[in-house]
Amino acid sequence: MKLILEDGTAISGSFFGYPRSVAGEVVFNTAMTGYPESLSDPSYKGQILVLTYPLIGNYGVPESIIEKDLPKFFESSKVQITGLIVADYSTEYNHWNATKSLGDWLYENKVPAMFGVDTRALTKLIREKGALKGKLIYDNQDIDFYDPDKDNLVDQVCSKERIVYGNGKSKVLLVDCGVKNNIIRNVLKRDTTVIRIPWNYNFLNEEYDGILVSNGPGNPVYCIKTIENLAKAMQKEKPVFGICLGNQLMALASGAKTYKLKYGHRSHNQPVLLSGTNKAYITSQNHGYAIDQSSLGKDWEPLFVNLNDGTNEGIKHKTKPFFSVQFHPEASSGPTDTEFLFDDFMGLVMKTKK
Amino acid sequence: MHKEIKKVLILGSGALKIGEAGEFDYSGSQALKALKEEGVETVLINPNIATVQTSEGIADKIYFYPITPFFVEKVIQKEKPEGILLSFGGQTALNCGIELFKTGILKKYNVNVLGTPVQAIMDTEDRELFVNKLNEIDVKTPKSIAVNSVTDAIIAAKKVGFPVIVRAAYTLGGMGSGFCSNNEELEKLANNAFSYTNQILVEESIKGWKEVEYEVVRDKYDNCITVCNMENFDPLGVHTGESIVVAPSQTLTNAEYHKLRSLSIKIIRHIGIVGECNVQYALDPESEDYRVIEVNARLSRSSALASKATGYPLAFVAAKLGLGYGLHQLKNSITKTTTACYEPALDYVVCKIPRWDLNKFIGVSKQIGSSMKSVGEIMAIGRTFEEAIQKGLRMIGQGMHGFVANKDIHIDNINKELSEPTDKRIFVVAKAIREGYTVEKIHQLTKIDNWFLYKLKNIYDIENQLAMFNELNKLPIELLLKAKQAGFSDFQIARLILKSDDNTIENDLLKVRKFRIENHITPVVKQIDTLAAEYPAKTNYLYMTYNGTEHDITFENDKKSVIVLGSGAYRIGSSVEFDWCSVNAINSIKKNNLRSIMINYNPETVSTDYDVCDRLYFDELTFERVMDIVDLENPKGTIVSVGGQIPNNLAMRLDKNGVAILGTSAKSIDNAEDRHQFSSMLDNLKIDQPRWKELTSIDDIYRFVDDVGFPVLIRPSYVLSGAAMNVVSNRDELEHFLTLAANVSKKYPVVVSEFIEEAKEIEIDAVANNGEVVLYAISEHVEFAGVHSGDATIVFPAQKLYIETIRRIKKITKQIAKELNITGPFNIQFLAKDNDIKVIECNLRASRSFPFVSKVLKTNFIEIATDAMLGFHVEKPQKSIFDLDYVGVKASQFSFSRLLKADPVLGVEMASTGEVGCIGENYYEAILTAMLSVGYKIPKKNILISSGPPRSKVELLESARMLHKKGYNLYATGGSQKFLELHGIPSTMLHWPDENLKPNVLDFLKAKEIDLVINIPKDLSKNELHNDYTIRRSAIDFNIPLITNARLASAFIYSFCKVDLNKLEVRSWDEY
Repeated sequence: MKLILEDGTAISGSFFGYPRSVAGEVVFNTAMTGYPESLSDPSYKGQILVLTYPLIGNYGVPESIIEKDLPKFFESSKVQITGLIVADYSTEYNHWNATKSLGDWLYENKVPAMFGVDTRALTKLIREKGALKGKLIYDNQDIDFYDPDKDNLVDQVCSKERIVYGNGKSKVLLVDCGVKNNIIRNVLKRDTTVIRIPWNYNFLNEEYDGILVSNGPGNPVYCIKTIENLAKAMQKEKPVFGICLGNQLMALASGAKTYKLKYGHRSHNQPVLLSGTNKAYITSQNHGYAIDQSSLGKDWEPLFVNLNDGTNEGIKHKTKPFFSVQFHPEASSGPTDTEFLFDDFMGLVMKTKK
Repeated sequence: MHKEIKKVLILGSGALKIGEAGEFDYSGSQALKALKEEGVETVLINPNIATVQTSEGIADKIYFYPITPFFVEKVIQKEKPEGILLSFGGQTALNCGIELFKTGILKKYNVNVLGTPVQAIMDTEDRELFVNKLNEIDVKTPKSIAVNSVTDAIIAAKKVGFPVIVRAAYTLGGMGSGFCSNNEELEKLANNAFSYTNQILVEESIKGWKEVEYEVVRDKYDNCITVCNMENFDPLGVHTGESIVVAPSQTLTNAEYHKLRSLSIKIIRHIGIVGECNVQYALDPESEDYRVIEVNARLSRSSALASKATGYPLAFVAAKLGLGYGLHQLKNSITKTTTACYEPALDYVVCKIPRWDLNKFIGVSKQIGSSMKSVGEIMAIGRTFEEAIQKGLRMIGQGMHGFVANKDIHIDNINKELSEPTDKRIFVVAKAIREGYTVEKIHQLTKIDNWFLYKLKNIYDIENQLAMFNELNKLPIELLLKAKQAGFSDFQIARLILKSDDNTIENDLLKVRKFRIENHITPVVKQIDTLAAEYPAKTNYLYMTYNGTEHDITFENDKKSVIVLGSGAYRIGSSVEFDWCSVNAINSIKKNNLRSIMINYNPETVSTDYDVCDRLYFDELTFERVMDIVDLENPKGTIVSVGGQIPNNLAMRLDKNGVAILGTSAKSIDNAEDRHQFSSMLDNLKIDQPRWKELTSIDDIYRFVDDVGFPVLIRPSYVLSGAAMNVVSNRDELEHFLTLAANVSKKYPVVVSEFIEEAKEIEIDAVANNGEVVLYAISEHVEFAGVHSGDATIVFPAQKLYIETIRRIKKITKQIAKELNITGPFNIQFLAKDNDIKVIECNLRASRSFPFVSKVLKTNFIEIATDAMLGFHVEKPQKSIFDLDYVGVKASQFSFSRLLKADPVLGVEMASTGEVGCIGENYYEAILTAMLSVGYKIPKKNILISSGPPRSKVELLESARMLHKKGYNLYATGGSQKFLELHGIPSTMLHWPDENLKPNVLDFLKAKEIDLVINIPKDLSKNELHNDYTIRRSAIDFNIPLITNARLASAFIYSFCKVDLNKLEVRSWDEY
């Protein structure tokens, strides 16, 4: 098996998963655990994922149990990545909740993978050149490069219809741009009814106590409909909370700008500082675009900043109950330190309800 | 940062011992570095003179005194520090700190504890407080009942249900702890535990669960990170210090990993730690259920390992947090641009493997379990588990070449050894796989996670694939690459393919090397950058792997770098002293404007701190790996004489393969190492040596012994348990010994040497340049020859030698230096009786005592030696530097209490695990502080004397008289009591342990009525009478100071009778 990059680099390795050629954007993630969660994260749509942690597959893949209408161990109902590249794939696995190997899971989802690769060298290359277009070639079956930035990926991964979960005190409208299940789980845990709607759904007539704008793949500017709806929603007073892509969409709705980072943040160890305080948190992240902090309107202010590169990690409205974060408070995979943001959101919801 | 803190006192950890080793030199050095950076004046108390932290320029003031409240108070009184750091000196410093707090000393002198408050420390140290504390936040701990008596322990066990684990509060690394499956075992263990502590815990056993640790950091703003998690290869039941450990965890899912991570943060917040702590968990292998086993509110062995495993300098950061910084206000010291408030992402796997030296002890139990016995550890880095573990198994240096392709080991009962692990654990697993055990069956017996076993099985499968070939040319290149990626060495491959034997292997592995280089199979150099390449990093922290296609670094090829080979795993006979030598060699290289390259793999060292050198290869010290690095770095030269025996042994082979060895030539090193060559050289120089012969038959041995007479020193080349080097005094012992040695033949000759009784042992540590001695230090042993020089108490400058003896020693040293054309450090050991001087050993490398003599003399032997080796001009110091108005004494630390059943007696095999060096105005002052530093206490009132053979009875007579005059109560066993009485010294007779008569020695020991035991073995052999063994072992088990050498006993007695501690004024190193 071979990886061909748009700059002409060719890297060969051994094949596992599903035997076919695929093309996408090659990105890396430095997390050391959580491949079942990452691989099923819709934000990875269109991407060939390089895992920098070399030993992958050790604990297999858990069974697909549905709990409260959601797959218990995954972030969506299938593998979302286009392809996978690892250093040392463990064909043998062992864990009490594993029912299949990573290779078998990828096969079921028709996703090809390659191992035996110097993933560190590849990561350095991606780091220097920015995310690259690439293709995984199986058995010399060449295909064209594919640029996921040219597509509205959100539309491909989000739900196609309105779905209602739970039956709690508060109604949370979840704008699904490719939502991770753990966001839904986190909201449901807090005595809510979650109304999940597609990204382009006109929710302005829905009855709700708060809006949550989800994570999702790709360039935020494609979600014009969402941005328009959000801009209208933010003329009202009901709380709005954005996560990852949702953060960027809220910024765009407020009139600010977004841009593509040279090195996207894809890891479990991103430190962020709560602006104006000494409170720092370790967060899970997976994004290539960020808010241009200098473009924030006068009603908005930074909420979090990345301690490593100073990029914006979240914004809040100065007077209204709107805030959003670039990282993933729902974690899964990754550290759970900022889960309290769901409490903060629900606090605002309860407050405005009164 | 606390503005008011201008001067800080740091407590070190004292001598290296089992459970508390070199890691605290590393932690302390890092803390001192951090304080220095902030302009804080530092005062360090640590009697461990061989450490890097007690070197010039690291702390502002250094006190070589015991880490006890008594001495620490004296230093506080004198130095008046505003702050104190307790968490960088292991359990020793922590316990001392708690004492200082409880007795109000800290308050009295207005000393602030920086970092974690003492109350938080006590909350984690006292099990009951600890459990209650965790209960408050609904964090689970094993069901456990604290008891204060054996009877209550039995009642508690009934409630908890067998099997139970017994733990003693306030002890080092699990001392006095263990598993019990019935009342009888419990009673025995509890009795023992109560001799260390007045509280024990009887706990539910969760043996077989996964053991996982987290290193957690918290700042005063309540920001928390977990720097690293680690998973034990051996499940719960094997102490983490005894287990192979991997980082990061390998078999935990994201949910498990983060469940335990967030619990760690919850715990650290609730306890209120500021700085670093370690949380140990048991994790159910069948669910997400867990228990918290332990929290260490201090830097630990694990935190040192985590620092090395991740590149995150935990101790450095913890010290800064102690001064009041927030994590986000500090920088990542690897990238220098990103923040210290992050969690390292690894893109490699590390594997820690313990090193045991149980063969050095007589009678010791080989089982590993809930208390620690290992004396050192290594860390191996790879990009596959197979690569890391095979590297690691070579690094531990116990004659193994990896997981497979080793000499066959004999295992009586594989099933038993799998379920009741010994120090051979991993090799028993290898044997079981070879015998056809399935992964499932091995798992059933060991509870080791199947994933690890699959990986090991994979290594075995590759071995089989390799073994199918007989020629390199037929070997598929893919298979060769696969083998290298799975960590196979050229040695293993040669053995498997070329079927090499001991005679051909050296040449054959060169063939493998040549073949693979021709086929472009060479390792690549990767950086440890803490962020898995996410951000650019200029890090010099490196390792090598075959699982990669490009180097992370470029090579200058300018011949301006020098490689220093480090000392490898700490073991009995080689520890922190060689780390000091390595670090000082590096410093000298840098001072001379050359780049220093360090190769070493011991996570407990300062030399493997990437801050210390220009490039650090955290990798193997094998011929193969050193050649790989030399090929890439193309250095000016390589230094093999500062890292002890491992680099020394490589000298010849490296030299033969074109590596430039700096300093003394490899040929000369070989001439000194080879007994025959060295002996004939001495003969030519007309230098006397004890008569010796290498003998290949039993008859020859008897003939030789008839000639030289008893006692003789015997060294077999093939060592069976208990038959190592030994002194035999009569024909019976010789016969017994030879039956043990079993194998005497041409292949396994025995070296027999004449043994001179009552001879003084003298050492010279020296530096020469082109065969001319530049610098030397002559020291003498307190004990007569027969006690290994590593165990002996050493006095420098020698106080009791004839001028004539000194003159002759200097002359012989000059002759040898000239003859071997020495450039660099060397050491010669002599025997002196009257004015007869014999050479017994010569090492053309730095010796164990180099830091000691360098610091006492205040002249850095290694710095001068390195200058000489690098070819720079070295000046002979002025004669007056040898004229000291103070004395240094180096005393040995033993860890017998950790080594169940081992006979705590000294002999020709080294048994000590560490040492201290103290300085005094006179001999007695130095002896006393040194002895107190290694754990002796001045007895309160009762002393037991069992004085052994007539000679030592006489030796001890004056000491006994002095004790009597000082008002001590003397107790003595039969013969000794009579002897004392005959000489007018009253004593109470105690019966021997096996006499069923009262008053009995054992009762007195058990009741702790005795404050000091002096038990001198009857003769020089190790086949001691049962009674004497029982007395010695009981003294150890009941934690009563024991001395087994008459000369040392009398030196100690004289010193505490003559020196009044209360009047003793403490002086820092620079005040001498």
